[in-house]
Amino acid sequence: MTHAHTGPPWGSVPVLRLGDVLLVTLQGDLHDSTAEQLQQDISETIASSSTTGVVIDLSGVEMVDSFLGRVLAEIAAKAGLLAAQTVVAGMRPAVAITLVELGLTLPGLRTALSTEDALGLLAGEASPYRPRGTRRESP
Amino acid sequence: MQTAGCVDARLPIHSDMDLVWVRQHVRQTAAQLGFGLVEQTKLVTAASELARNTLVHGGGGEVEATVLRNGHAPGLRLAFIDEGPGIADLERALSDGYTSGDGLGMGLGGARRLVHEFAVDSSPGNGTTVTVTSWTVRPPRYREEA
Repeated sequence: MTHAHTGPPWGSVPVLRLGDVLLVTLQGDLHDSTAEQLQQDISETIASSSTTGVVIDLSGVEMVDSFLGRVLAEIAAKAGLLAAQTVVAGMRPAVAITLVELGLTLPGLRTALSTEDALGLLAGEASPYRPRGTRRESP
Repeated sequence: MQTAGCVDARLPIHSDMDLVWVRQHVRQTAAQLGFGLVEQTKLVTAASELARNTLVHGGGGEVEATVLRNGHAPGLRLAFIDEGPGIADLERALSDGYTSGDGLGMGLGGARRLVHEFAVDSSPGNGTTVTVTSWTVRPPRYREEA
């Protein structure tokens, strides 16, 4: 498989692997082409590894318009078809307010207030068959 | 001080790189004028939607940014101008969910909800100009219900 992609100068988004989870950190103002490339990169990474979860950290993003909203929804949908859960973490309040007024509530997206919460959410689901008793700690 | 009608900046919209510049310019200008964080974000998001329309549907164009100081509070007016095919059915283009591209169809109608004043001038074959204005202090509601 060859990649003929010639990216824009600041066109890369860091994608970190934490065990079975991919941590994607979006920062600043994203190019349309960068966002589309990211979508493809994530799908390929999920398919070629044992990824069960994707966390997209939006805490460094100042604006989500309908284009980026669509990209996020599509990343989640594609990950879902590849048996991975997606959680969007750390959206800023101003971004959330604006998205809703814009008309985008993105009902298919799961969210968490922080990356840590998102990882916890995914970890809680990753092992549904664990023996009883390990789930809850009784004081 | 009167600066109404004098365009402060003219930015080209010919690539997705230009969209980034437009967003940055709008955020910077809005912040300097004293827009709050939520209003800044709304205006930048509206600008992003409209600039993308100019690029995708209008075949490119430009945005004129004008700082308004003749109102009750400072304001920012943005005019997105293209010489594209124009909008045949404006009513439909403004309705949520209508899209002629591969977006979510929230661009025009969504942008209208994010700003204080909104106007479209378009006819088939004559291009499109979408003008939006927001003020650092929201004007009284009764104006919108006219």
